[in-house]
Order: sequence, then structure tokens, then C-alpha cells
Amino acid sequence: MSPTRAISSLDWRGAGGRGGELVLARAGVLDPRAGIDGTYDVVIRDGEIAALADPGTAEGSGEVIDAEGKRVFPAFFDPHVHLREPGDEDEEDVETGTRAAAAGGYCGLLAMANTSPPVDSASDILALRERASEDGSVPAGFLGCVTRGLKGRELTEMVDLRDAGAVGFSDDGLPIANARLMRRALQYQRLVDANIALHEEDHDLSRPAGAHAPHLGGVMHEGAVSAALGLAGVPSVAESTMIARDAALAAYEDARIHVQHLSAQESVEAVATAKEAGVRITCEATPHHLALTDEEVRSLDSRFKMNPPLRSEHDRQALIEGLRSGVIDCIATDHAPHAAEEKEVPFEEAAMGVTGLETAVAVLHTELVLSGVLELGLVVERMSGGAAPFGFEPPSLAVGSEASAVLFDPDAEWEAGADGWESRSENSCFAGRKLRGRVLMTVVAGQVVYRQRSFAMGVA
Amino acid sequence: MRHLLAIGDLKRSDIERIMERAEGFAEVGRRDIKKVPTLRGRTIVNLFYESSTRTSSSFELAAKRLSADVVSVKAAGSSVDKGESLKDTIATLGAYGPEAIVIRSPHAGAADLVARWSHAAVINAGDGKHEHPSQALLDVYTLRRRLGSLERKRIWIVGDVLHSRVARSNVLAFRMMGANVTVCGPPTLIPRGVAEALDCRVAYELDGLDEADVVYALRMQRERMRESFVPSIREYAARYQIDSRRLSPRQLLMHPGPVNRGVELSGEVIDGPNSLITEQVESGLVVRMAILYELLTGGRPRPDERSGDSDDVADPTPIKEPA
Repeated sequence: MSPTRAISSLDWRGAGGRGGELVLARAGVLDPRAGIDGTYDVVIRDGEIAALADPGTAEGSGEVIDAEGKRVFPAFFDPHVHLREPGDEDEEDVETGTRAAAAGGYCGLLAMANTSPPVDSASDILALRERASEDGSVPAGFLGCVTRGLKGRELTEMVDLRDAGAVGFSDDGLPIANARLMRRALQYQRLVDANIALHEEDHDLSRPAGAHAPHLGGVMHEGAVSAALGLAGVPSVAESTMIARDAALAAYEDARIHVQHLSAQESVEAVATAKEAGVRITCEATPHHLALTDEEVRSLDSRFKMNPPLRSEHDRQALIEGLRSGVIDCIATDHAPHAAEEKEVPFEEAAMGVTGLETAVAVLHTELVLSGVLELGLVVERMSGGAAPFGFEPPSLAVGSEASAVLFDPDAEWEAGADGWESRSENSCFAGRKLRGRVLMTVVAGQVVYRQRSFAMGVA
Repeated sequence: MRHLLAIGDLKRSDIERIMERAEGFAEVGRRDIKKVPTLRGRTIVNLFYESSTRTSSSFELAAKRLSADVVSVKAAGSSVDKGESLKDTIATLGAYGPEAIVIRSPHAGAADLVARWSHAAVINAGDGKHEHPSQALLDVYTLRRRLGSLERKRIWIVGDVLHSRVARSNVLAFRMMGANVTVCGPPTLIPRGVAEALDCRVAYELDGLDEADVVYALRMQRERMRESFVPSIREYAARYQIDSRRLSPRQLLMHPGPVNRGVELSGEVIDGPNSLITEQVESGLVVRMAILYELLTGGRPRPDERSGDSDDVADPTPIKEPA
């Protein structure tokens, strides 16, 4: 594996800039990876963390923000975002999606390739990179498809895609059903030295009626709730059996894989087993799978429809335990914007997916940290844990590091969506929920990319 | 009650009130002029996104017997066929100012959405594989007429439980009325977690069927074979068909219709003395009248429609002129 690169070297509007001087005074600074946990004046200068000074001692020539009672974390990195460009710009595009990321405290994201048309050629990558360098509020990396047109039949020109700037590969949205093709991709990975992110789902199990009735495909977790609602279920094993297959193939080919959006207890077990056996495997979980269960679907509200589905409480507990033990490396949102008309239909007909960038840290803080389930430090660390699997250096608050940081108010109470969204879509499964903890400011490589509106007015 | 969306939303007292009201309407059906003015001037829309003979005709006739104006919209040949969304269709039909919308949809939760998007009282006439509450109510009514009470009665529901909205609504309603329910069918057609979800027993064989006071057979569709839920209809029938050998004379037989003769039921039991299948259809009419009455009058007649001191529609003023 090649040496890691800086997240800020991805394409974005601020590339090359360094930002002005900024002091976050008397902030509770927390960076578990760097072993930092204390109250400091964070001095940001020339795009770097210039100093962590004793509280109240730093003097700056630029903006000084009183951050007493607030927290400063390394900014987050989301390895799983759908920017919907090209093809579905009515739902999201590079500009709005990266703005949503900035609002969520992210200093970088990876965009999935299942656009229309899919990102499966070098020219597609080049066009997106240009868009990001013009309109990206935060650095954005683009993945290329593993298979041409996401059809699962033949490999894309992975080397060509990599040379054009693809930072990884994924057929996300769809599994690579064919084991032979999956193996070929893992063999070919040696030429591209880039991770392959996998949406693990065996369609033979998740579409119970088979090809005769694709409309009867599973739309929620299979269990007591699906039995009560009469909705076709997606069994947990539709995910875990594919993970087991691909972990075995990765081991055999000494390849590297990243498993996307773990949802089930059996999946956590499958990844844990593979990790114990030394397989080069990483994985992610989403805030919605960590905070919600299939009980939400009893409302038949299409905002709770996503793939993989919300599962049972014991699956949720397994994900939390996986996060705690390190089996789950990182949190990813699987931010999946959809137009209102795709969701204002009966549950079975509704599009799968929820937005997530703007609520992720607040949801985890409210549901898992304040309730005492997880340590704040662990959540903060996992929020940028998605950088390393794709070869990026996670942000650090150590002096001398590139300054990518989040200013977070742990006491702010707000209602998700009440002030609107930066994203172009509103299909958040947390909309209307009271959350505690809010991103006030996001800094990427020394540049302020987001200020929360009321906070911005407060300091003006 | 504002809507009838799911049995799970009802209390036992709601069901009992509808049963009593239906008994009152049964009397109307014995008159020469089978019509009362209760819902005169009110508009009811029947919106059917799936083919249906008995449910749509039953609701239509129920509305007409209550003197309501009925508009029936079938998906085939309508704007629905032309790709109009449910939300837009409801907005369009809303222009007629309907007091009630009866909806049958292939999708779970469709009736809930209509209730959210419209001012009308909404009746779920079947939403996907989810619920079919009016069927459950008419089945409870039918059984109460035969058995008096369902308390501690043993009811077996046999067949394709996985794909059956009737099974879901009926288990809930029968349980609410105090019956013990067993669902029985091949393991491939019994949903995982159903015992917990619906508070019933599960059996994979008919061995224990003797205990049942009521055998409720479900429709078995031939496409289940193509989807490999069962290896063949022949094998299904051999294991699960209710025939005169399996049905004892003291057991009652029910089926929501339409029946596949020779698949889930043998011909002789359909037409046999245990069969309540025709009675179920008769019950459907009066129970649906009672449902419309309950939702559109709040269980009480409008002041201008009261006949004398009576608060009881079972005795409303008969229409003087034949319609």
C-alpha cells in the first residue's frame, strides 16, 4: 500500500489555500488518536495547528472565538456519500452535497459511483474532479465502478480510472453477485492499489420471490415487524453470507476490501472472524443503523426505508459493540438524497435511502454518547476512521498538523431540519427529532468552510 | 373512529359496537326496500388499484343501501394507468369532496397515506400483504352469529400466511375477541417471527387440526409454485387441502374467497354443511354498512336524520318512494 495522502489534496474549492489566523479559545479539545484531551486555545495559522496554548493565553492577529464550554474535534471523514451527480441533480449535486458535508463537520468525503450514468470511465472521473475543484465546499474523492455500467458482467478499466484520479472502486447500491468477477477484481486490485468498497447483499435471499416477482423484493428487515406488516423481508444472512464469501476471496488473493454499511449481528461476526484470521478487511456502520431499529417501520413512513434496512434491537446492539471493540472501523452516513416524489408513495414503492451528513454527529452524540452507551472519544475517532481504509491520513489536532477541525457545542438543542437543510433533499430519517449537540464551525486545512447560522450571527 | 386502516388500531369495544350495528342493518336487508336514508347526499369514493369482485361490490352496495352517492374508480383504464401518483389521484378525487374513500392497493400503508393526504374518512379495503380489516370484521361477525362468542374458541388459519393480508387482520381480530389462533402452512409460507408478531401458534402440519372449532383456509395462488415456495400445487394440496376426510362435522369452515376448488379446499367441503363461505359474503354487506355508518356519523345519526327519539339506525325512517 502506498503512503497515505492528505485529505485536503482531494479536489475542492479551497485547494491550495491556507486560510487566515483563527483562535478557538478555551475549547475542550479532544483527539483520541493523537492522545489529546484538555482545555486549550487552539491556534490555527497557515493552514496548520500552530499551537495548543494554555487557555486564555493565545493572542492572535485574526479572529478569536470564545469556545468556552465548546468542544474541538478533528474534522470527520465520510467514506460513503451519494452526490447524485451526474444525472440526478434535482436530488443533490457536488455543490449541495459538499455543503451538507461541511455543515455536518466533515473535512472530506468519498462519492459513490452509482450515478446515472455510472462513473465507469476516466472521463467521468475527470469531469467530477473538475466540478469538485470549482464548487466543492470540502475535499471530495470519487470512486469508480468495479463493473462496467454497474452491470456486474465485466470489469471497468480500473487502471485508467485510477490514473484519472479515482480513489477507490465500488458498485455500491448493488452487490457483485458473480464470485468469479469478484475474484478478478481482487486480483486486478494489485495494479491499482486502491480499496474496493462492497455493498454486500445476496439478491437471491433479499428478493424472496425471485425473478418472477422482483416487485416482491425485500423492503425491510425480516423479523417480527415484517411479519406483522406483511412486508417482504431482507434476512440478515443476505448480508453476512456475502461478507463471508468476499472475506474468503480477499484472503485467498491477499486483497483488501472495505465492507459498507454493516447492519446485522451476523455481519459483525463475519467481519470479526475475518479480522482474526488476518484478512485485510475494514468496515463501516451508519448512524441510522446505530440509532434506530425496524420498530420505526411500523409507521410505514418511507423515511425509514433504506438498504440495508433498519434491523432488530439485537442487531443494533451488535453494531454498537462492534464499534466499541474496533471490529467496525468507522462511521459512514451512506448519505442518499431522494426527491420528495420518490418518497411520497407507499412504503414498498418508495426509493431506498436517507440523507445523513447534517445529522450524523448530533445523532450519535444524542443517542449513544449522552445515554452513556459510547464514549465521546470513541465516536469522534470513528467519525474520521473512514480515511485510513482508502489511503488518507486522518485529520489530527496535534501541533504541526494540517488544521481540519470541528467546533461542536455539546449543549445546543435543535430540531433536525427545522432550519432547513444544506442538502437539496429532505429525506432524513431524523427530521423532526430533537437533537443535542451541534456543529458550529468546520475548518478544512485552515479554511472555515461552514459556520452555523445563529452562531455566525452571535460572533459577528 | 375516524378511519378504518388496520385491526391493530381498534379496541375490542370498537369491534363490538360495529357488530351490534351490523346486526341492526341485517334487518334492513330483510325489508322489501333494502335502503335507508342515513348517508343521503354523502359521496363515497371506491378506489381500487387491484382487481376485486366481492370487496368492491360489497362496499358499493353497502354505500347504496345507505343512500350515499358512490363513485367507483378502477385502476385499469383510469389516470392511474397513465402513471399518476397516488398523491395526485387523491388530490383530484378530493375535488368531489368525498366523505369517505375506500381504497384497495397492492402496497402496504397506502390507506394510511390517503388518510394523511385527504380530509375523508378512509377505509382500508386491503393494502398489499398488510391488512384487510373489513374482511376480519365480517369474519368475526359471521362467527359470532354461529358461535355467540369467540372466547376461547380454537381457530386454525391454514395456507399461504406469508402473502395473506386476510391472515394478518384475522389473527389480530380473532385474538382480540378472545380466540386462540394457530396459523398452519408449509414453512416456506409462514413468515419468520409471526408467532411473536401476532401472538399466535404456528403449526407446519395439519396433525393437530382436530382441536379446531373453526378452520379458516386461505387462497393458494399458483404463482407460489413458480416462485419455489412450494414444489407443486399437487404436493401442497396433498398436505394442506381441507377435505371431508380432514374436516369433522362439528368444525366450521371459512374462506375469504375466491376459492381455488381442488387446491386449498375440496369441492365437497365448499358446498358442505360446515361451510360458512356464502354467509361470509352476506355478512360482508351488513358489516360494511356498519363500518360506513360508524365512520361517517361517528356512530350517531346526524340530528336532521333522527327518527323520533330513536338513536338507533337499525330503525331509521324507511324511504317512502322506491329509488
